Amino acid sequence: MPLSTQLEAGEEQYVLIASLDNARNLSNILKAIQFKDHATFLATSNGIKVTVEDSKCLQANAFIQAEIFQEFSIQEDSVMFRVNLAVLLDCLTIFGGSAVPGVTTALKMCYNGYGYPLTLILEEGGVVTVCKINTQEPEETLDFDFCSTNVINKVILQSDSLREAFSELDMTSEVLQITMSPDKPYFRLSTFGNSGSAHCDYPKDSDMMEVFQCTQTQTNRYKMSLLKPSTKALSLSCKVSIRTDSRGFLSLQYMVRNDDGQICFIEYFCCPDEEVGEQEQ
Amino acid sequence: MRCVVATSNVKVLGKAVHSLSRIGDELYFEPLSSGLALRCVNSSRSAYGCFLFTPLFFQHYDSGAPPGGLEDSGFRCKMGMKSVQTVFKSLSSLDKTVEKCEIDLNPGGNRLVFQLHCKYGITKTHNLSFQESESLQPVFQKDGYANVLRAQPRLLADTVVHFPPSLEEVNVTVSGERVQFRNHLEDEQDASKMMLTEMSLDADEFESFQVREETGITFCLKELRGLLSFAESSGLPLSMYFDQPGRPVVFGLDDPVLEVNFVLATLSDEETTTHRERNRSRPPQADTSHDDFLSDDMDSYMIAMETSAVGGAEAQPCSTGSDHRREREPVSAACSSGSKQQRGRESGSEEEEEEEEEELPGTPPQKRFRSLFFGSVLSPYSQGANQTLRNQEVLAEASDSDPEEQEEETAKK
Repeated sequence: MPLSTQLEAGEEQYVLIASLDNARNLSNILKAIQFKDHATFLATSNGIKVTVEDSKCLQANAFIQAEIFQEFSIQEDSVMFRVNLAVLLDCLTIFGGSAVPGVTTALKMCYNGYGYPLTLILEEGGVVTVCKINTQEPEETLDFDFCSTNVINKVILQSDSLREAFSELDMTSEVLQITMSPDKPYFRLSTFGNSGSAHCDYPKDSDMMEVFQCTQTQTNRYKMSLLKPSTKALSLSCKVSIRTDSRGFLSLQYMVRNDDGQICFIEYFCCPDEEVGEQEQ
Repeated sequence: MRCVVATSNVKVLGKAVHSLSRIGDELYFEPLSSGLALRCVNSSRSAYGCFLFTPLFFQHYDSGAPPGGLEDSGFRCKMGMKSVQTVFKSLSSLDKTVEKCEIDLNPGGNRLVFQLHCKYGITKTHNLSFQESESLQPVFQKDGYANVLRAQPRLLADTVVHFPPSLEEVNVTVSGERVQFRNHLEDEQDASKMMLTEMSLDADEFESFQVREETGITFCLKELRGLLSFAESSGLPLSMYFDQPGRPVVFGLDDPVLEVNFVLATLSDEETTTHRERNRSRPPQADTSHDDFLSDDMDSYMIAMETSAVGGAEAQPCSTGSDHRREREPVSAACSSGSKQQRGRESGSEEEEEEEEEELPGTPPQKRFRSLFFGSVLSPYSQGANQTLRNQEVLAEASDSDPEEQEEETAKK
């Protein structure tokens, strides 16, 4: 049901207007990348991309296509701003975070352009809240230069099987080692913690393995602290694609189905850990 | 050494590990010809738990012993409890996802490999480091007890649920017809300010109620809870063996494929009666001073932990040298509440703790258990009576014992 607008000026002034009948379709996705306080929003005619980065080694992107929104209009080619993600999420869930069946919070997001705050109009059960969040100068986001032509190994797994493995990862290990190979062990997650090493192997013919395209044996290590936040995205998703390129850069792509059955994507890019020591056998 | 555990038993193994984790920080792993023994003892040696999985429990069991079935392989080790718990982390999904669990010693002999074969072909391998250790075997014999109660674990679980989780010690008094559970009060606690909980169970609520001596004992509830949760899930009847205060209480579960024993220290008589504010079932005895731990009666109440006598390994019990001077307090003496029972027993225990190479906490535990474990009875695992007596070691060692006599170092590679 379209939200009646309470705008001070005419709608034409806004460079970006996006409306959702169910604000959770946005907030759930954003929670999955909320490992840092600030996020960069990039809106184009395709939709919105929200980026969060950590230590110049990790980048998470959430893509919410224009089709997901009930209303989506953008007056410029691209609109970019930086905003406090924690505050934004607090506003999106201002009527309470938990899902009550049948009750949804409607959202209208408006942005007037550079220097203006991001306005959120939220409505639930006849109660309307207007939030204005200050925006900041957008920062250059990292370009991991990860293109499909450089991809050496790729697997697509059903998230269910990976979820348990991730939740059981030995957190005393500083790194998570990912081995992908056309031969055994095919796909292996390894940790090296205080008590010893642990490996979780997925065979290429497992029911959980939807796609297995590994051309070369690769073993890369990534800092556990960087990858741990991706567990949230994993728990939301139904499928995950794991790819590594010739530099050992990791791309994790999560397919998330929202409340209305629409598909959104979350992507994590991670640099390999520089100090790659001898691998544990 | 290789064991394979099939589906539903993997969860039992996991639960056993979790219930032992309530006792202490290290899991002792010993594959015997009679089965796999998982043991744990707490830092003050006042609680001990053992799960013995017979070969029938396994799909495949090879203890690594030479064929003939007469000798044991001699391999025994201990691992950090947390590490083993990690293998069996998500208990609830274990029976749904795990098809098989294999435990092997790796070819290099320096890692114990737990491999879980799960659904969809997924394999989880844990290579755990371990320390070679001496055998952890308390000396006790269930046959020697005057009182034996047996009940469905549900009964005891329902009883202890009424006591607050923070309750440390519980007092159990038994007469011919009933048994009473009470929370135990420290003597410095004023009874009028504390909540007193008392539960009474009739003899007929028990599967078996054999009381030859009307008595009351006090022991620590915390460590028992681990056993109770395991027992409840297994549905096996739980037996309780006890008599005089001071003599440890034994809780056991028996099953064709599994034998579980938890041995807990009890407060000795002098302490229980002087601390009682009111007259309970026992008339107060002569007010023996707390300081009187030099009495000869201590002899029979010292912990005797049998060393790994077989095979001539020189391994010593975890903590002490062979000090036979009985006037030294037993380790469990360490469990006295810090402020009041200062003295030699504290220093004895701290030394004992310092000598141990394991990571014992620096401060002695707050419990007041003094004398604990057992004494003259034979270990069920001992090779012979003579060996047991010869090898009985006092756990709390003399302050002037030479640290070099600690053979723990040599026992470990």
